[in-house]
Amino acid sequence: MPGTVQSIERAAAILQVVAGSAGTLGVTDIAAAVGLAKTTAHSLLRTLLGVGFVEQDRQGHYSLGPGLLRLGTSHLDVNELRSRASNWADALASRSGQSVRLATLDGPQVVVVHHVFRPDDSAQTLDVGAALPADRTALGRVLAAFAPHRSTRGPQDAGRAELSTVRTRGWATEHGEHLAGTGGIAAPVRGSTGLVVAALGVTGPLDVVLDRYGQPRARLVAMVLEAAQAVSRELGWRGQRVAVGTTGG
Amino acid sequence: MAERYVLAIDQGTTSTRAIVFDRAGRMVAVRQREHRQWFPRPGWVEHDPMEIWANTQRTAAQALRDVAASLGEVVALGIANQRETTVVWDRATGRPVTRAIVWQDTRTAELVSELCARPDAGIVAERSGMDIAGYFAGPRLRWVLDHVPRARERAERGELLFGTMETWLVWNLTGGPDGGVHVTDVTNASRTSLMDVRTCRWDPELLDFFDVPAVLLPEIRPSVGQLGVATALSGIGSRAIPITGALGDQQAALFGQACFAPGEAKCTYGTGSFLLQNTGTELVRTRSGSISTVAYQLAGEPVNYALEGSVAVAGALVQWLRDGLGLITTAPEVETLARTVEDNGGCYVVPAFSGLLAPHWRGEARGMVAGLTSYVTKGHLARAVLEATGWQTRDVVQAMAADSGLALPALRVDGGMTTNNLLMQFVADVLDTPVVRPMVGETVSLGAAYAAGLAVGLWADVETLRRNWHRSAQWSPVPARAAQLTAEYPTWERAVALSIAWGAPYG
Repeated sequence: MPGTVQSIERAAAILQVVAGSAGTLGVTDIAAAVGLAKTTAHSLLRTLLGVGFVEQDRQGHYSLGPGLLRLGTSHLDVNELRSRASNWADALASRSGQSVRLATLDGPQVVVVHHVFRPDDSAQTLDVGAALPADRTALGRVLAAFAPHRSTRGPQDAGRAELSTVRTRGWATEHGEHLAGTGGIAAPVRGSTGLVVAALGVTGPLDVVLDRYGQPRARLVAMVLEAAQAVSRELGWRGQRVAVGTTGG
Repeated sequence: MAERYVLAIDQGTTSTRAIVFDRAGRMVAVRQREHRQWFPRPGWVEHDPMEIWANTQRTAAQALRDVAASLGEVVALGIANQRETTVVWDRATGRPVTRAIVWQDTRTAELVSELCARPDAGIVAERSGMDIAGYFAGPRLRWVLDHVPRARERAERGELLFGTMETWLVWNLTGGPDGGVHVTDVTNASRTSLMDVRTCRWDPELLDFFDVPAVLLPEIRPSVGQLGVATALSGIGSRAIPITGALGDQQAALFGQACFAPGEAKCTYGTGSFLLQNTGTELVRTRSGSISTVAYQLAGEPVNYALEGSVAVAGALVQWLRDGLGLITTAPEVETLARTVEDNGGCYVVPAFSGLLAPHWRGEARGMVAGLTSYVTKGHLARAVLEATGWQTRDVVQAMAADSGLALPALRVDGGMTTNNLLMQFVADVLDTPVVRPMVGETVSLGAAYAAGLAVGLWADVETLRRNWHRSAQWSPVPARAAQLTAEYPTWERAVALSIAWGAPYG
């Protein structure tokens, strides 16, 4: 059994003091209250500030931050998500020439929450609200690979190895397993805490999405990754600070 | 060959944006800067023209630098602007004589009611295409001449210049006091009440009626064509960029949505909603509460007209649900809340917060929640809030159909509320018309870019622009639901009538 992690205990103590102080204490008082050196308390507070668990006013007083308050209601509203992602999804469809979908997990289901048509003015139907197979679509594979409780369910060993690959390289593909002749590429969208909240991807004709060796076209992969990161930044994600999911299964 | 680009400046009510577009109509650079809103008295809204000019230079220079790295060449500059906002400045110094009076400002109410009472007031609607209203720029110019010390005397000596925002920016971009070009585009001129909407010239009798000296006024130019050369943009080397397009923002959105044929229409869903329908080269006289306005003009071609229906409160009602009632924490969550129920539960919200604009034009109307029973939950209220925007769109579309006799093939939509699938499906059902959203949501700046690029041959003709337009989403009416809403429409009309009655004087 691992032991306790001292800095987490200290951070928890600081949060308890901050929560009880109603925004009246600065670093000196907080350090004194938890019995830490001021420099130690300061670096812990800077870290908590960075992840949004505390915030600081102009006088240097600390109070609980929005990131902490959101923990209790960490569910991201899908309509909010669509609204924030919309411009980036449009740009991705426009640049790639393919249709774009944004999907989230609703329980075990992979659900489309936003859909941008392929920009060729052909007849297409909005499929917002539709459920997709998690094991046969790029969007589903991304969500399965990065799901918080992935060890409790999911596919067989072969599938596990594949999801591990998705986690390592940061994107997933489909090669006609869901719809014959349709290929896809998807990447994770992260929320402010670094957790994967959605998957963003393109789908199109197999020979457009993949090269003649069956590999996804690098240009499309780069576009999808770029767009997914842009949406993540829009949601408050700040780079690799909390790198959930890169540690493997 | 280097890519050729167009720079669009969208001088809006809250911010100034510089956006660079490529030939496919895709955005390649965006820079934005907000400006201060001045509220010196109740009902007064002002902007500092010097601040807006500084923001224009800064955002334009930044956007140009963004694309300089890609070896692209910016071949034209187009402007879209907040309409009816009025600037008066000294031609020798370039200093405004007072802050710009913004389109939302209501200080001319008293002046407007005096003007309406005059026996010759009928010429305003007959010549300008619009009834006398404080919404337009002419009364604001008159207010400046009457209230700013020595303004009238200096104007008559030819020391002052008048313009809407595009005029102010073109004058500064082309040199300001040092040879600046004093021009306005015909769509902006059509919003002053001073222009004859048929000849597209300043009308001497309207100038007499509003008591405005002609010497102040800019030259009226087509929306698409040479306006001047921007020599004043710093940080981009010595090359000057031709200014070849200008449109009022709603007309720019119509242009950006490629509504070039009679009957084609767009609606922008923002704080309010603005629906414009192209009526072709024939001016349609309105009898049903829409406004006859100029849509655009290509140099050397006849003017295209439009009918316009403005609704004051659309997204603002969702903001009220968020900020006034605290029922949601972000605007998009209104859809989540509305989807907790199947229908409006008999509830209707008429958002007449400061009267009703098109097609009713009843300033005295006040907001109303009708049909409350203990069955109604916040979910029903959220649905009624979204439906209000749909019902109001139907009000406007019906009025326009009565005036123009043009069928609406589809409604092209843009603006923040278009990510709301529940609302967009409701609009499709309540109009019994397909609703389509384009790939480029930035239709205002795209329209300015199209106008400018068309004039320099970056695009051959409007048909080329039409081919650039692509659907990103479509909502099709469900026949059974459309029939149901048609049956329900009189109930909405009754709620509107009650909100007008509520605001009427009594006792």
